[in-house]
Amino acid sequence: MDWSAFRLSLELAFWTCGLLLPVGILVGRALAWRTFPGKVFVEALIALPLVLPPTVLGFYLLIGFGKASWAGQAYEAVIGEPLVFSFAGLVIASMIFNLPFVVQPMQRAFAAVDPTIREAAWCCGLSRWRAFLRIEAPLAWPGILSALVLTFAHTLGEFGVVLMVGGNIPDETRTVAIAIYDRVQAFDDQAAGAMAAVLLLFSFAAIGLVNLLSLRVGRRHA
Amino acid sequence: MPLKAVTSALAGLLLAWRIAVAAEAPVIAVAANMTEPMREIAQAFERENGAVVRLSFGSSGNFVRQIQQGAPFELFLAADEDSIERLRATGQVADRGATYAIGRLALFVPGRSSIKVDPELAGLGEALRLGGLRRLAIANPEHAPYGRAAEQALRHAGLWEASRSRLALGENIGQTAQFVLTGAADAGLIAYSIALSQTFRDRGRFAVIPEAAHDPIRQRMALLAGAGDIARGLYEFMSGATARRVLERYGYAVPGAQ
Repeated sequence: MDWSAFRLSLELAFWTCGLLLPVGILVGRALAWRTFPGKVFVEALIALPLVLPPTVLGFYLLIGFGKASWAGQAYEAVIGEPLVFSFAGLVIASMIFNLPFVVQPMQRAFAAVDPTIREAAWCCGLSRWRAFLRIEAPLAWPGILSALVLTFAHTLGEFGVVLMVGGNIPDETRTVAIAIYDRVQAFDDQAAGAMAAVLLLFSFAAIGLVNLLSLRVGRRHA
Repeated sequence: MPLKAVTSALAGLLLAWRIAVAAEAPVIAVAANMTEPMREIAQAFERENGAVVRLSFGSSGNFVRQIQQGAPFELFLAADEDSIERLRATGQVADRGATYAIGRLALFVPGRSSIKVDPELAGLGEALRLGGLRRLAIANPEHAPYGRAAEQALRHAGLWEASRSRLALGENIGQTAQFVLTGAADAGLIAYSIALSQTFRDRGRFAVIPEAAHDPIRQRMALLAGAGDIARGLYEFMSGATARRVLERYGYAVPGAQ
């Protein structure tokens, strides 16, 4: 059992969720309530990672952010270390890949908030920020939470991109999904089996939680 | 229903075509270090025999797994001897097969790198000491034969401890080489055959590592249960003069050749 791989995956999941939470709220809320030219295009762009093979993103990261590219050189000049083979690189890849998982449930949650309630809040003199904190967020929280749970679980399972740009470096890029693959290749079925079982249980629990949350939302609007 | 008739006719045709292709073109599992030479050898074999083979490239360890689970390969060209032994123990190959090539290891750096390249790895050691090397790509020593050889070569040069924290591990030697070619890693210990291939030759500098620095990388092949005539033909062809010429051009030593 490779505990450092588990820890690394958990760290990756926390970073991804933390960084994507404000993005998801801003973008999800905007998409739920506003119409603007090119909205369909933006929605398609956000949904793209759902169908995009992880190897495609891995390919672009490897080619686009390798040292041979200007983007890679610029990144290294600013940050001081290359994007590939680094934890920061995994976080960026993970954020791109989880965009639909975080935006779409939040968009649905905000869309379900009755606009007359928001308007009533403003009429009562609440600022937009306080209206968000007091009215919108409490109404939309099951959607926000299920978006985070989905993103968290999805990040733990991330494999294709990490395999391509990670380099299997302990404590840096050897996530639990990679560690399982690694153990299978080394014919160490016991370790692979143990880690796989933990991921299986965790994923099952995550999906169960998401379903419970969506039940709550459904009941409220029934 | 005419539509139903058309669909089932189409499905039948597709199935027949799939069966025909499957019957005619055996799938050959090829260790990643043999990618380029095996393409050439297979082409020569196809020209001479009018037969078609399908090549599948990957890591030996993965192929062993897949073959044990019943993957329909007919011939397996491994990067080591252990893989074949493993399959013999579980009954997927009938005999020990034959050593078809002995591989060599090379240090490879991208074209514009300032790292000095030499067979004794002195330049690599200097770059490690002076901090001019961020990432060194090797195949995973725990299961990739070329990774094992790379670890031995680094230990032989007294650089193993110094380089450990700088390693990026490729899943197989092909991915390892890709890491260096894209500049993601600053240097790599890769298969000599890959350094000599068209894609790599002109895009970097390399030095072949002396044989004494690591155990010989004996690459064994074996026919799998259910191998047909074409796969058997290719197995024989691998020991012939044409295959030997290609293998030697890619830097392999061929057993029995002078």
